[in-house]
Amino acid sequence: MTETAIRIENLTRDFETVRAVDGLSLEVPAGIIFGFLGPNGAGKTTTINLLLGLLEPTSGRAEVLGFDTRTQSDEVRTRTGTLLEHPGLYEQLSAEDNLEFYGRVWRMTPAERQARIKELLTHMGVWERRKERVGTWSKGMKQKLALARALLHRPPLIFLDEPTAGLDVVAATAVRDDLETLAAREGVTVFLTTHNMAEAERLCGQVAVIREGSLVAVGHPDELRARAGGPRLEIFGRGFNDNVLNLLRTRPEVVAAGVQNEHLAIDLRKDTDVAPLVSLLVGAGVQVEEVRRGKASLEEVFLALMEEER
Amino acid sequence: MINDILTVMWKERKGLLRYQGSRTRAVLGLLIPVVMLGIYLPLQIGRALVEGPWSLLTSVFIPMMSVGMMIPESFAGERERHTLGTLLASRLPDEAILFGKVAVAVGYAWGMALMLLLVSLVMVNVTHWDGQVLLYTPITALVNVALSLLMASLVAGLGVLISLRSATVQGAQQTLMTATLFPLVLLQMIPLLLLNVVPNGRARLKELVAAANPTQIILIVMAVLLVLDLGLLMAALARFKRARLILN
Repeated sequence: MTETAIRIENLTRDFETVRAVDGLSLEVPAGIIFGFLGPNGAGKTTTINLLLGLLEPTSGRAEVLGFDTRTQSDEVRTRTGTLLEHPGLYEQLSAEDNLEFYGRVWRMTPAERQARIKELLTHMGVWERRKERVGTWSKGMKQKLALARALLHRPPLIFLDEPTAGLDVVAATAVRDDLETLAAREGVTVFLTTHNMAEAERLCGQVAVIREGSLVAVGHPDELRARAGGPRLEIFGRGFNDNVLNLLRTRPEVVAAGVQNEHLAIDLRKDTDVAPLVSLLVGAGVQVEEVRRGKASLEEVFLALMEEER
Repeated sequence: MINDILTVMWKERKGLLRYQGSRTRAVLGLLIPVVMLGIYLPLQIGRALVEGPWSLLTSVFIPMMSVGMMIPESFAGERERHTLGTLLASRLPDEAILFGKVAVAVGYAWGMALMLLLVSLVMVNVTHWDGQVLLYTPITALVNVALSLLMASLVAGLGVLISLRSATVQGAQQTLMTATLFPLVLLQMIPLLLLNVVPNGRARLKELVAAANPTQIILIVMAVLLVLDLGLLMAALARFKRARLILN
């Protein structure tokens, strides 16, 4: 496999008057879970369809696993697995038959198919229910099965389009756990679109944020958080009155201060020493019970990026 | 390519056997034609069913009905159930997906027609036994085998073309029904027009029928069907564009 799993150069796709993807350039390193984040209608699904060669770009180009998506789309589809917007399972068939079909599609031998289906369904905890019609399964179980299908033929790259969307917390966590362990075990590159920032933060080695088809930011979640702002201090206790807040706002190292959910949240400039600030607060009569240092969450970074673009 | 077609056929066959809620529908779909064409008609018509052109009814209508029930599902069903995207994102070539789906519908309808021809033959022999086994003539048998296959392929080609463009199975079924019934209505109207519009229409029609060579007519009909079958399949293949299907 090439070291870069996906290379996108100035990719653009128009639908009549709408530009769904606008001059997108991006490189996805092999062997990581790459988060592709953006609001609804940002162009995430269109990008996946372009990368799979299911749509032709209006301009620009993309390479997936070294294959041109415009001229070698068959090669791309042969070497990738997908879990698109919908699980895409045949609900009238059993779980085993769904995987059996795609195992045949990917020309696995009967022995390979049998062993791999057992391995994946056992890992997902649904081996005992393999003979049941998929239509009777819960949404979470269907997503797990669809994930198993995407990984069935051991592709070096899989595309997952919002795999936990619409799942309850327990099911989403289970799908996330399976994805994390299977991706790590099999060394597969994952191109993951999601709305869930906590999911991206937990799973992704790198994320890209797009808005209206254009790339807004790309990097490791920590880098994005660092880029978005300095450290944050959360102080729990009593005595957070207006005098204390006004005092804090006069300090040069304080960017913003406010009371949130009964704790004091202070956004600081980079490399700020926290101890003098805590002493200052104690001196001003604040009864400090707990002090936490933190950074902006990826969700806050995402929202900030969306605001910046406006 | 053959392996890929067989893979699609494997899935289609499985889906056909296990389609949710279709067990009753499948049994009824099988029973009604068996009772009508395999039992009732042989009882009513008797030996003429085997000796005359009546068996052609089975070869024309059974493939039309059977394929007409199945083929609208081919792409409109995948689209409706959100399985089309995943199928298109797989490594399967366009031809394998298309021909695999067509082959199952044609195979099922063709098999159904042949089975009914056999059932009605047995029924005629049982109910109108006159001391010796009655069989279709080789020409009748050959015509039935070929005609049922060509009719099944015709409706399958037309149906798959409609299904590729339809958003729902119901929409595809309605369009296909209109498309198949319209030529039949037209075929019935031509003799009526001849009788009413053309001077001495009845006499001319009689002359036309008397002068016609049945073998020649059948050969012409089959040649036309073959050309139509191939044309429709080519049109369906040309219509099968992943980019178009993924956006619909």
